[in-house]
Amino acid sequence: MSIDLKMTVSGCIRVLVAVTAIASLPFVLATANIRLGTEILILLNLAMLWNLLAGYAGLVSVGQQAFVGLGAYATWMALVWFGFPFWIAVAAGALAAGLAASAFAPFLFRLQGATFAIGTWVMAEISLLVIANTSAVGGGAGVSVPARIAREIAPDRAGRESAIFWTALMVALVVLLSSYLLMRSRWGLALTAMRDEPTASEAVGINTRQVAVSIFLAVAVLTGAVGGLILLAKLRITPDSAFSLFDWTAYTIFIVVIGGIGRLEGPIIGTAVFFTLRVLLADFGPVYLIILGVLGIAVMLFAPKGIWGAVQTRTAFSALPVNWPFRSIAIQPNLKIPAEETKQ
Amino acid sequence: MSTLADILVQGVLLGGLYTISALGLSLVFGVMRLVNLSHGDLMIAAVYLALAFSFGSPEVNAVLLILVAVAFAPIGYALQRLLLNQVLDPDPLRPLLVTFGLSIVLQNLFLLSFSADTQRLRIDALTEAVVSSGAVSFGALDALILVTAIGLAFGLQTIFFHTKLGRRLRAASDDSSTLGLMGLNWRHVFGLASAIAFVVIAIAGLLLALRSNVDPFSGPSRLLVAFEAVIIGGLGSFWGTLLGAMLIGIAQVVAGTIDPGWQSLGGHLVFLVILALRPQGLMPRVAQ
Repeated sequence: MSIDLKMTVSGCIRVLVAVTAIASLPFVLATANIRLGTEILILLNLAMLWNLLAGYAGLVSVGQQAFVGLGAYATWMALVWFGFPFWIAVAAGALAAGLAASAFAPFLFRLQGATFAIGTWVMAEISLLVIANTSAVGGGAGVSVPARIAREIAPDRAGRESAIFWTALMVALVVLLSSYLLMRSRWGLALTAMRDEPTASEAVGINTRQVAVSIFLAVAVLTGAVGGLILLAKLRITPDSAFSLFDWTAYTIFIVVIGGIGRLEGPIIGTAVFFTLRVLLADFGPVYLIILGVLGIAVMLFAPKGIWGAVQTRTAFSALPVNWPFRSIAIQPNLKIPAEETKQ
Repeated sequence: MSTLADILVQGVLLGGLYTISALGLSLVFGVMRLVNLSHGDLMIAAVYLALAFSFGSPEVNAVLLILVAVAFAPIGYALQRLLLNQVLDPDPLRPLLVTFGLSIVLQNLFLLSFSADTQRLRIDALTEAVVSSGAVSFGALDALILVTAIGLAFGLQTIFFHTKLGRRLRAASDDSSTLGLMGLNWRHVFGLASAIAFVVIAIAGLLLALRSNVDPFSGPSRLLVAFEAVIIGGLGSFWGTLLGAMLIGIAQVVAGTIDPGWQSLGGHLVFLVILALRPQGLMPRVAQ
């Protein structure tokens, strides 16, 4: 137990130091770099959420862009129609995505595995088509946030970029912390069991359907909040950009798989690799995407646990340990079983 | 009355186009359970292969197109043996990601080699002919696509249910390890199935390019409707896929008549409704 506690404390300290460092970035960076930082955080958030869904709950969705888009549009409505402050508008985006998810869930959860994935894609297409055919939200041309409302977030550009950056960081912390607590809870154990052996976990009394549906809804809510952030960062959205399969789901999947699916560290490593590649290969256009595609295939074939999985098998190091105490006990040599247990 | 007949005819013809795009997927996804996200891009690959054979000229003839379709068989066998067999897994993630990676690689290879220009194929005698009978008239090409679609569905259904290969394929689909105990190599069986699927995919791509323009990124747009047709038709049934594609085609034309903007939505709604009523699909042949 003591080993586990020590690991947890040092994990917390690492996270605290990292968060303080990241949060102070807007004071030292140029506006364009703060913007890049927001972009990185947005993709990191989506990656962590998708990881929770696919890596832990075993729900492979290729339709998360539905919740990004609906969240972005609902945030726009709350900002422009109702004049809410921006952080309440983002919460409205989250709420709208959650409502949409609960409307689609009864259909989606009739499907399993691969057909579930296709079902989520249909869900995203339906959401896109409904928005694109609604003239009140600009139809296919999209909508933009008027300058007057953008100034309410912060009077100048640098202030606004910083405010959005911090909101994105806050969402990232909420996602990371809730993933962490979730994985340390009974639910987390249920999820892992469900992912590894659905039939057996049902047999020991885990209501797999209920757990999966709850995770699906929670992830949709947070994905909707990220959609709101995307609106604030871009100030202008169209159905095609807000519901982009490529930008909000495909890249996300690559990030998670390359970094290490089913590990909290995976999305962080994957995001770092993704943006490094993007900066290095920015001038090559199609070649960059070909390299990304080949890298994704190679990781799936030769290192299905991703970069972090490969690191962990070699070093047993875990930056954000969610292991259960019995793991640490199990590796201690000459373990003595406590006296009262042997008596029973 | 004539408008109703017209809607029905247009819906069935559109359904024919969707059937032909979905049949290859029906074999790969419905039988081998491989979520192939690069299905649409492979259709487009056949078009670029034809263009390469004709030295970039869109004027093609039937012999060339048949050669391309036949050339796709060994490509399919090789891709299945070398790549796709490695990722067959009850967990959809690995095939999904590998074929999505393949999709991105293919699209960008097309872009690098053939530019972003739209391309199409032409056989003048076929592309411009019109069939009219009474109140309705339609293109000869659309009719050819429909007839080919029905023919291929019949052919695949026959192979699958009445030949030795089909029996082995059904066995591999149900339980590949037991097939191994019988002394058969499921990898080879799936390779052969993929070879057949790739010929169908090539035919679909070539007919599509005779009908409308394609560009390096046209593939994915063909994919979703194909998946929907396979799922609502029921996994493992080629007649089911045809029925699913027809329903989506007709629903799209009906919705499009009401409001052009709702055309695609009509197809998706039919998908949801059938899913709600019969999650196993209309004519399922393979256990979920």
